[in-house]
Amino acid sequence: MSEIQTRTADAPAVEQAAAVPDPKLTATDLDVFYGQKQALFGIRLGIPANQVTSFIGPSGCGKSTFLRCLNRMNDTIEGCRVEGTITLDDQDIYDRKIDVVQLRARIGMVFQKPNPFPKSIFDNVAYGPRIHGLSRDRTELEEIVHVSLEKAGLLKEVKDRLEEPGTGLSGGQQQRLCIARAIAVSPEVILMDEPCSALDPIATAKIEELIDELRSNFTIVIVTHSMQQAARVSQRTAFFHLGELVEWGETPQIFTSPSDPRTQDYITGRIG
Amino acid sequence: MTDTASTVIPVHRPTADESARNIRKRYNANRRLQFFGLAAIGVALLALATLLTSIIGNGWSAFQQTNIALEISFEKSRVDPRGDLSADSLRAGDYRALVRDALRAEFPDVTSRGDRRKLNDLLSPGAHYELQDMVMDDPSLVGQTITVWLPVDDEIDMLQKGYFEIDGDRFSEQLGGWIRKLSDAGKLEKKFNTRFFTTGDSREPELAGVWGAAVGSFLTLIVTLAVAFPVGVLAAVYLEEFAPKNRSTDLIEVNINNLAAVPSIVFGLLGLAVFIQVAHLPRSAPVVGGLTLALMTLPTLIIASRAALKAVPPSIREAALGLGASPVQAMFHHTLPLAMPGILTGTIIGMAQALGETAPLLMIGMVAFIVDIPGNPLDAATVLPVQIYLWADSPERAFVEKTSAAIMVLLGFLVLMNGVAVLLRKRFERRW
Repeated sequence: MSEIQTRTADAPAVEQAAAVPDPKLTATDLDVFYGQKQALFGIRLGIPANQVTSFIGPSGCGKSTFLRCLNRMNDTIEGCRVEGTITLDDQDIYDRKIDVVQLRARIGMVFQKPNPFPKSIFDNVAYGPRIHGLSRDRTELEEIVHVSLEKAGLLKEVKDRLEEPGTGLSGGQQQRLCIARAIAVSPEVILMDEPCSALDPIATAKIEELIDELRSNFTIVIVTHSMQQAARVSQRTAFFHLGELVEWGETPQIFTSPSDPRTQDYITGRIG
Repeated sequence: MTDTASTVIPVHRPTADESARNIRKRYNANRRLQFFGLAAIGVALLALATLLTSIIGNGWSAFQQTNIALEISFEKSRVDPRGDLSADSLRAGDYRALVRDALRAEFPDVTSRGDRRKLNDLLSPGAHYELQDMVMDDPSLVGQTITVWLPVDDEIDMLQKGYFEIDGDRFSEQLGGWIRKLSDAGKLEKKFNTRFFTTGDSREPELAGVWGAAVGSFLTLIVTLAVAFPVGVLAAVYLEEFAPKNRSTDLIEVNINNLAAVPSIVFGLLGLAVFIQVAHLPRSAPVVGGLTLALMTLPTLIIASRAALKAVPPSIREAALGLGASPVQAMFHHTLPLAMPGILTGTIIGMAQALGETAPLLMIGMVAFIVDIPGNPLDAATVLPVQIYLWADSPERAFVEKTSAAIMVLLGFLVLMNGVAVLLRKRFERRW
């Protein structure tokens, strides 16, 4: 299905999309408006499954806006209008038949600032499974919580204090708790909006390690301000500038031989 | 970049002298502010202390009542005219005669009709009702002779508490002699005034109690809370979370803010027109008072609840939405519980306002003279502030102390309510 779509389209970006084998998420001609102001211009992008795709670009370039389009978090913003299509496994997520709540269970999100619920560590992770009815009894729920914390690399640190408040953890631990909370509903895609910008280098290193491990089970999209981070964790990189997707492709290629002068300028530090 | 001089910002460096003067000025300003702050607190504390001393000084004596000990013999023929000990029969007994006889027995030397009548003035005109209640509660008293402490008349009580003097005019020497005789015999004693805390209003100050008004206030506030809290919180939730931002919601918002400033008596008129004249709810009833006060409290509650909801970090809501919670789930699982302490603070402010409100209740008839203690929100009742107003308006000297005592009860009620709110708030806050 996606192949048919990409073949019929003729813009160069979509030809690039054809280079992505079996994209999990595909954006086609995506325009986003905040009221009168247009924030994104005709984005065409394919996000491959089980890889880390990073979005880079200067502040206000629209990378976060695009990320929030992927799980329709922009729906909650007053005056935000999205045109064009985004497909998840060949299904248009802006289709009227799609239930946003179901969609967000399939596409999880980790935010810039760690935002654990002011509840216990256990309840933080258990919240998603609870509202989606993913466990039949307490034992299953505990299993989900343990596995999620384990995968988020947090279990060892919090094993004995699951009933303590999640807000009592350190910043890095809180962010890993948020990741555990996101993966507990077993999503297919995890969106991360600058997940390390509020963390120190050690906590950042842990999260990056974690992202690399999670890649085997999830498709990950990460927005980052740090080009080093993009280079370290992602297989694919997309560069946004002033609401346009300037260039995207394999990460080493973007960083070593960018084809667009703007990308060149950004990664060498001349703009941004 | 090349012109280094351009990076120099043309500031005037103060001299050592100017610098010292600036520092002195700043320190003085600090000290002045502290002084004014302390002075303001001092004035407030002084006013509070004056208020409390005056109220307690005026009112503490109302918690005591002078009683007289009388040997009452419950003769079967007088107490139980039909002789079957049934409630009807006991109710028909001539208790007034029992009291008068017992009093006369204390003063065998008083014989003339006129003097006997004056003797009767010693006792509260309602004293015999207490005997009736005693016998109705315990029919086995019939036929016995026991010592009963009965309330004296309010004037005598005032005399005993030292507010009046035997002046030979209003209070005759003869009366003074009788009182002295009773006191010397240990038959006149000040006792804790349980009547004040157990009975409703009365024309006789010595029998008047605050319990009827307290229950009326309680029932009224229950109705107010039951209506205003859910409606107010849900309105705030809707306006804050779900309402589209357009002209009509703006208009609603402006109206709510304006309603919060509407004089309370206007709400009384509204209550009169809607609840009594249209809905035909009973007059003077706590249910109408409660509904009226709920209308008055709603704007305050909505504004406070919206502020509390707005203060919850949006990141929490986003986290819930990002996990696939519906907006309703995000609201009721996360935002609302976190806003609860603030909402409760707003609620308690509204409730305290409602507790102290008199004007709108005057309009719906809660100012009536009501002796019975209301049993449910449909019974006629009055409330504490109205009771205070009624007593303050009464000419008898004894109502002065009752007024202050009722104010103390009202303040106690308020402290209790605030205490409950603080406890509730603590409970919600403990959920981090």
